[in-house]
Amino acid sequence: MTADLGSIGRSFAKLDGSAKVRGQAIYADDIALPRMLHCRILRAQAPHARILSVDTSAARRIPGVVAVLTGRDLPIRFGILPVSQDEAALEEHKVRYVGDPVAAVAAVDEETAAAACEAIKVEYQLLEPVMTIDEALREAADEPIQEAFSKRADNIHRMVSYEFGDLAAGFAAADLVREDVFFFQGNTHLPMEQHSAVATYVDDRLTLWSSTQVVHYVHRALSRVLELPMSRIRVIGAAHGGGFGGKTDPFAHEIVVARLAMLTGRPVKCTLTREEVFYAHRGRHPTLMWYRTGVRRDGRITAMHLRTALDGGAYGSYGAASVFYTGTLQTVTYDIPAYKFEGVRVYTNKPPCGPKRGHGTPQGRFGIELHLEKIAHELGIDPVELKRRNFVKPFSRAVNWLRVTSCGLEECTAKVLEASGYAARPRTVGHGMGFAISSYMSGAGTAIYWNDMPHSEVQIKVDRTGATLYCGAMDIGQGSDMVLAQVAAEELGLEPRDIRLVTADTDLTPVDLGSYSSRVTFMAGNAALEAARKMRSLIVTAVAEKMGVADLEEIDVGGGRIGEFSFEEACVIATTKLGALSTTGSYKPPRIGGPFKGSGVGPSPAYSYSAAVVEVEADARTGLVTVLKVWIAHDIGRSINPLLVTGQVEGGVYMGLGEALMEEQEFRKGLHKWPSMLEYKSPTFLDTPPIETILVETIDPEGPYGAKEAGQGPLLPVIPAVNAAVFDALGVWVDETPITPEKVLRALQAKAKGNPPRHGPKGFPAVPYPDPIRVEPPRADDLRVGAELEAAFAQAPQD
Amino acid sequence: MPSGLDRDVQKAVVRLRLNGEEVELLLPVHKTLLEVLREDLALTGTKHGCELGECGTCTVLIDGSPQLSCLVLPLQVEGRAITTIEGMAAGAVDHPLQAAFTELAAAQCGYCTPGILLAAKSLLDSSPSPTRQEIQEALAGNLCRCTGYAKILEAVELAAARMATA
Amino acid sequence: MLRLPRLRYLRPSSAREAASLAAEQGELAMLVAGGTDLFPNLKRRQFEPEVLVQVPRLPGIRRDDGHFALGATVTLAQAAADPGLRAALPGFAQAAGLVSSPPLRNAGTIGGNLCVDTRCNYYNQSFEWRKSIGFCLKKDGDICLVAPGSPRCWAVSSSDTAPVALVLGATVELAGPDSSRVIPAAALYRDDGIEYLAKQPHEVLTAINLPVEEGVRTAYVKLRRRGSIDFPIAGAAVALKLDGDLVVSCRIALTAVASHPLEVPAAGEFLSGKRLDQESITAAAELAAKPAKPLDNTDLTHFWRKKMVRVVVEQALAAAAAQSV
Repeated sequence: MTADLGSIGRSFAKLDGSAKVRGQAIYADDIALPRMLHCRILRAQAPHARILSVDTSAARRIPGVVAVLTGRDLPIRFGILPVSQDEAALEEHKVRYVGDPVAAVAAVDEETAAAACEAIKVEYQLLEPVMTIDEALREAADEPIQEAFSKRADNIHRMVSYEFGDLAAGFAAADLVREDVFFFQGNTHLPMEQHSAVATYVDDRLTLWSSTQVVHYVHRALSRVLELPMSRIRVIGAAHGGGFGGKTDPFAHEIVVARLAMLTGRPVKCTLTREEVFYAHRGRHPTLMWYRTGVRRDGRITAMHLRTALDGGAYGSYGAASVFYTGTLQTVTYDIPAYKFEGVRVYTNKPPCGPKRGHGTPQGRFGIELHLEKIAHELGIDPVELKRRNFVKPFSRAVNWLRVTSCGLEECTAKVLEASGYAARPRTVGHGMGFAISSYMSGAGTAIYWNDMPHSEVQIKVDRTGATLYCGAMDIGQGSDMVLAQVAAEELGLEPRDIRLVTADTDLTPVDLGSYSSRVTFMAGNAALEAARKMRSLIVTAVAEKMGVADLEEIDVGGGRIGEFSFEEACVIATTKLGALSTTGSYKPPRIGGPFKGSGVGPSPAYSYSAAVVEVEADARTGLVTVLKVWIAHDIGRSINPLLVTGQVEGGVYMGLGEALMEEQEFRKGLHKWPSMLEYKSPTFLDTPPIETILVETIDPEGPYGAKEAGQGPLLPVIPAVNAAVFDALGVWVDETPITPEKVLRALQAKAKGNPPRHGPKGFPAVPYPDPIRVEPPRADDLRVGAELEAAFAQAPQD
Repeated sequence: MPSGLDRDVQKAVVRLRLNGEEVELLLPVHKTLLEVLREDLALTGTKHGCELGECGTCTVLIDGSPQLSCLVLPLQVEGRAITTIEGMAAGAVDHPLQAAFTELAAAQCGYCTPGILLAAKSLLDSSPSPTRQEIQEALAGNLCRCTGYAKILEAVELAAARMATA
Repeated sequence: MLRLPRLRYLRPSSAREAASLAAEQGELAMLVAGGTDLFPNLKRRQFEPEVLVQVPRLPGIRRDDGHFALGATVTLAQAAADPGLRAALPGFAQAAGLVSSPPLRNAGTIGGNLCVDTRCNYYNQSFEWRKSIGFCLKKDGDICLVAPGSPRCWAVSSSDTAPVALVLGATVELAGPDSSRVIPAAALYRDDGIEYLAKQPHEVLTAINLPVEEGVRTAYVKLRRRGSIDFPIAGAAVALKLDGDLVVSCRIALTAVASHPLEVPAAGEFLSGKRLDQESITAAAELAAKPAKPLDNTDLTHFWRKKMVRVVVEQALAAAAAQSV
C-alpha cells in the first residue's frame, strides 16, 4: 500500500524537455521524406464572392508542378461539430472571407507551388461583404454567407435563449437594477509554429503528421472527406509548436495534402505562412454583451439577464458551442437565483472564430466582473466584498443545473488579496489595483459528436522490458505526457521517467478527445489512473502469490519495487503467471446537465477557480497603461506537478494581458488589417510584468488525485482585473478590450464633459431571440449526476 | 511574374563555418540561411515563425551574436562562425542554459526555445551575470506565446549562477 | 515559408564598384546592406529587383576632430554600444539602440536605417494581400488607399536615427561610380512616400558624419506599442545647447509623422534665448506638433498619435535638459 504519494505533487521536468532544448523535437514542418512534394494553397482574394470559374491550365503547365486541386476534387463538406458541416477543403462555388481556400498545388518545391498558385485564374462575381454584427443581423443584400445552411434571410447562425428560475420575481425583489454593455474584441492564438501537415499514401494507407491538438478529429474529417475507412488512415501528432485552441479543428491543408499524396503517390507537405495562420484562425469571437442585474442593498444578486452577440466569421467551427459558453459559466462563480441568457452568433465575411483559451467564457467573464464592479460602486460597497457575498458555495448546484464540487474561490480570493496588499494599496491618481475571479471547466461534460463512449481511453502494457502507456491525447507543450507518466508511476511504484509514453497516434493509441477544453489531466488522467490501478493489481496479485502472502495490502509498492521484488522481477513473475499484461482505463464524465435541450454545454465534472489582482500605472495624459505586477491564486484541486501547473498559470496570465492591452483583430475594406507578427501585437519580454502564482488545493473528489485544470482558467480574471485597475487609477471605465491608450483618453474626455466616465459600446442591437426555454431550477443541494439524475428526470414532469 | 520563376537561378559555391565544422554547398544565392539550414543541411532545430524578422524564432549566432537567419544570405556570412541550436551542447553534455531550461520547464511547446537559448547564450557569453532587466532586453526580439517568459527568465538566471560557480 | 524571389547577388569590393554595378543594372538592381528592411520587402514583392548589389563592409566608427564618422555598414548594435558615441551623442546611440529588436540590430546598419523604406499598413503586406485590396500607389496600384483623394503617397518615414541626424546637422557621404559627394542629412530626404530619398538609386550611402559640438545635449524619444520589435509611431529627436537654464540653441525633429523625417525649426527657434522650464517646453512642443500629420496607416489611431507628438517632444526636451555635459 502506498502510504504517501510518490510521484504526485512533485515537480518533474517535461518528458520532451531535452529534445526541445537540443533542437531534436520533430515538428511537422521538420519532416522531410524522400520524393516529398510541397503544397501551397491559393486563397480567396475577395471577402464574399461567387466563384464563376477556376482556370488551372497555366499552373499545370509550369515545370515542376505535379498536381493541382480545386473544389471539384474535394466536394464533401466537413466541420468540427455535426451541426456545422459547412467547410470545404477547397471551395468550389463561393468564397466567404479573404483567405478562404480555393485551389492547391503540389510541386517539386515550395517556390514552384507558390508560383503555380499565382498562375491560377479565378473569376469572381463579387457579393456584398458583411463585416459587422449589425450588418449580419440585417437581411442579406445578395444572399446569406452560408446560403445552404441559412433558413433565414439574415446572417444569423445560431440563437439560444434560456430562462432559469423566476426572473421577474428576482428583479422585483431587487433594490437596484443596473444595465451595462461591453465589447470584447476578437483576437487570435498566434502560436509560434505555423500549422503544418505532411501526408503519405503507401500500401493503400494514408498517414498524416500534423501540428494538431486532436488527432482524433483530424482522423474523422479525413475519413469523411476522402471517403476512406478510418482503419486505412493514421494520424500522428508531430511535436507541437503551440495551440491555445487554434489547432483543434480539422483544417483544409490537412485534407489537401492527404488528397495530394493519394493522387501523386508521393509524400506532400503543406506549411502555412504566418498570414495564412491568421486566416485559419478559430480565435476569440468578437462579442457584444448586455447585462441587466438586480441586486439587494447588501449586494446580493436577485436576478441577471445577459444578452450576447458573437461575430463568428464565415464558418461554424465550434461556434454553436461558443455562443453557449458566453453565458453559461457565470453561474458557477456567482450565486444567481434567476438567470436569463440569450445569445446569438452571426456569420460575417471574416476568418472563422472558434475556441481560443477560455473558449467563449473570457467575454462573459469580462462583462460580469466589470458589471459587478459598477454595481458595487453604485451601492457604495467595496467590489471585492460584493463579489464575495455572491460567491457560489462548494458542492452546490447552480440555477442552470451546473454542478459545483470542490471550489476554492474564497481561499483564492483571500490569498491573492493578502499577497498583493490590495486592501492597503496606495490610492494615488495613476496607480491602481483591480480584482477579478473566474472559473473554468476541467473538460467538457459532453462530447462534441454525440456518443456514449468514453472521452478518454488509456492502455498500459507491462512486460519484461518495462511499462508503456498509450493514450491518444497530444502533449501540446503543457506537459500532459509527464502528468500521465506521473499517474502511472504513482500506481506502479516507479519514477515517471520509467514509463514510456506513446501518445497521439491513431494507429497505436486508443481514442482520446484531445488536448483542448482543459481535459487531459482530468479525463486522460482518470483513465490512466484506472489502467494503472488494474495493472498494479495484476502484478501485486502475482507477487503476493509468489511471496505466499494472502493479504494484498501487505505488498508494498514503491521505490521501483513491488513486495520483495524489483519491478522488473515482478513483471516477470506476473507475466509468467498471467501471460501478456495489458490493462485499460477509460473515463466518461457523468451526465450533469439539466433536463433541457442544450444542457450539454457548460457541465464539467469539476471547475477550477482563480482570483487575480492586477496592479497598473495609468497615465492620464497619454492614456498609456503599464501593468506592474499580477498576483494570481488558482484552485487546481491537486497540483500533480507544481512546476508544470505554474507554467500553465503564467502562460495564461500572459495571454490574458495580451488580450487586455494590445491583441486585437481588425478588418478594413474586407481584409484582415494586419496579418503579421509585427502588427498583431503579442507582448514581448519587456511588456510582461512579474507574475506571482499561488496554488490552492481543494482535492476534488472526481479529479485524479483531486486534480483539476490549469490551462485556461487563469487567463480569465486577468482581463477584467486590468480594466478594474485602470478604473482604480483614473476613475474611468474602458468597457471593451483591448485597453488602448486612445480609449482611456476618450473615457477621460467623457468624464471631463460630465458624461458617464467610460468608453465602450453605446448599445446592444435588436436581436430576434426566440422565446426562452424556461427551466425549473434544481435544488441547490441536489448533487445527483449520471444514472441517478437521469432517473429523476424520467420521473419528473417536463415541459 | 511576381514569383520571379521566369528568371534563371544563380548558384554559388558557399563555404560555411557551421557549429565548428566547415561545410561547402552549391546553393541558389537567393536562399536564406534559414532555408539552407533546414532544407539543405537538415538542421531543423532552427525554427521559423514569420520569415520577416518579426518574431525571433529563427535566431542563430553569427560570430557569437544573435541574428535572424530568415534575413541572412549564406554568402553574406561566409567565413563567419555560425552557431545553431545543434551546436550549443558540448556533444552529449547540455549547455548550462539547456539544462536549466529543461529543469525549469522553460520550454513548453519549445518552438521559440532554440532561438531564445542562442540569444541567451550570446548574452551570458558577453555578460556573465546580467540583471533581470538586461536579460529581458537581450531577449526582447524573441516572442514566446506559452510561458509568459517567467520560467525563461528564471532559467537564464539559474544558468548564469551555475556558470559563475562552475 | 515566405521566400525571396530569384535574384542575382553581386559582391563588389568597394562602394564605388557597388555604385557602378548598380548604375549598370539600372532599375533591375537594388543595393543591400544588412538586409533587415529589404529582405522582408522582397519576400512580400514590394520591390522586384533582379539583382542585389551588396554594399561592402565600410570603415567603422571614427572619432575625428569635432565629429564622429560612422561607416554606413556599422550595425545598429555597434552604434548603440559604442562608448564614445554614447558619451558624446547619447541621442544618436539611443536611437540606434531602439530600432526594432536585438537580433535585428546585429544585422541592420546605420546606412540601412537612414534609408529605411517608408511604411504604410496598406503597403507592408504580402503580394496576395495587396492584390486582394487592389494595390496602392506605392506599388502596383494607382491610388493612395490612406488618402484616396490625394495624388501622392503618404507612406511614413519610420527611421529612428534619421531625426537625430537632422538635429545634429549631420552630413552623409554618397558614392557614385566615379565620384563621391557629401550632402546634409536633411537633403537626403524628400516629402514623398514613394520617392522618399533624394539620392540616385545607385548611389551608395557610405558614411554619416555627426558633428560633436561642445555643450550640445541630444536625446531621442520613441513611441511604440511594445518595448521591442515595433517601428516608431511617433518619435522626437532633440539637440539642445544650454547656458545655465537658458537655451542657446535647440533643434527638434520628428519621425513617423510624415513621409520624411521632419525638422520643426519653429519650435527650436522659439526656445532660443528662453529659459527652459515646463512652460516653455510645453509651448515648444505645441509648435513642434503642428506640422505633424499622422494618418491612419500605422499602429494605433492617428487621433492619438497626433496628441502624442507633443508628449514625445516634451519628453525629449526634458531628457536632453537632464543630461550632464
